[in-house]
Amino acid sequence: MDSPKKIFKMGVIKDNPVIVQIIGICSALAVTNLMMNSLIMGVGLMFVTGLSSFTVSLIRNYTPKHIRMMVQVLIIAAYVIIVDIFLQAYMPEMSKALGPYVGLIITNCIIMGRAEAYAQQNPPILSFLDGVASGLGYTIVLLMIAFVRELFGFGTIFGIKVLGDWWTPWTIMIMPPAAFFLLAIIIWVSNTIQEKNKDVKKGEVAK
Amino acid sequence: MIELNPMVIFFAAIFTNNMIFSNFLGMCSYIAVSKEIPTALGLGQAVTFVLACTTIINYLVYYYVLVPLNLEYLRFIVFIISIAAFVQLLEMVVERYLPNLYYALGIFLPLITVNCAILGVSLFMIIRKYNFLQSIGFSIGSGIGWTLAIVALAGIRQKLKRASIPKGLEGAGISLIITGLMALAFVGFSGIVQIQ
Repeated sequence: MDSPKKIFKMGVIKDNPVIVQIIGICSALAVTNLMMNSLIMGVGLMFVTGLSSFTVSLIRNYTPKHIRMMVQVLIIAAYVIIVDIFLQAYMPEMSKALGPYVGLIITNCIIMGRAEAYAQQNPPILSFLDGVASGLGYTIVLLMIAFVRELFGFGTIFGIKVLGDWWTPWTIMIMPPAAFFLLAIIIWVSNTIQEKNKDVKKGEVAK
Repeated sequence: MIELNPMVIFFAAIFTNNMIFSNFLGMCSYIAVSKEIPTALGLGQAVTFVLACTTIINYLVYYYVLVPLNLEYLRFIVFIISIAAFVQLLEMVVERYLPNLYYALGIFLPLITVNCAILGVSLFMIIRKYNFLQSIGFSIGSGIGWTLAIVALAGIRQKLKRASIPKGLEGAGISLIITGLMALAFVGFSGIVQIQ
């Protein structure tokens, strides 16, 4: 039995879907030019991952093995439709800005990955937490990238002006290449830190 | 909205609105399967073919079935099912009649269902309200653009094998930086044609 604390630690830090497993990066790069977009996208993904893991786990004993992928995709698609309709109804502007990327949550490998790797073998409540934890890890990375891109690209954070009029926006930051560079840097930093932690642990054992 | 020539959309999808460099679609397999040029080329061809076929199918299904029935909101489910079904069907047909092609492309086919470029192109087609010919131009162009990107990355990564890269950057990190540099180069095309 995994404790909720351990699940969150795995999802957010140790097994962070974006920077450790390098999955689900399509949308991670596409929506990160503004922090608000990233936040909405992250919350949407958390909702879908959590609930679809929950549902997959709930019916895991009744799903025939060889059609389980299809069943998982259908469950995920159903939740994504809920998110999409919700955005269209209450945040039409945001729905336009995110465009096809809301629909692309379906093919986001994080959700399928969690459903396949965790929800297939574990009880519903834990699967739900695991899904939310992975979603949270994804959201945090998105917000980190978006923070840098919005701050330097527009001089704002969540649409509020932070840097004054003297700031010349860096156009490169709102263009696609910057997203690639920033994600690479985040992966680099996290790899280095994890490598160091490993070395420290190894040293302790050797002593 | 000005009616764009399908040819214009075709070239725009390759150069200025490249799937990878400006829309970030299909990144997962792009990073994972770009170690060797031949495999990258094989996957690119399979993606282009599936992209062209599924976009046509989805176009017909959307405008002749879903729109008359007012079921547009079901498009995510319908699109993903038609893509999965098509890939499955293709796999069976190719295995039965073209064994050579099956050995070349077979391993990539299951990967394609979850390639977000495929679903993404269908969704872009709906959002940008392309007509039938424009959709065909857009889908084939996107496929070729995607192939171009993955083959270019595979070529560079083959050369990189002998380079000394900082430890934390190996693998995905360096691929992303290279992609960023390539994307910068592709920004140079952006004045030629513009679609949105």
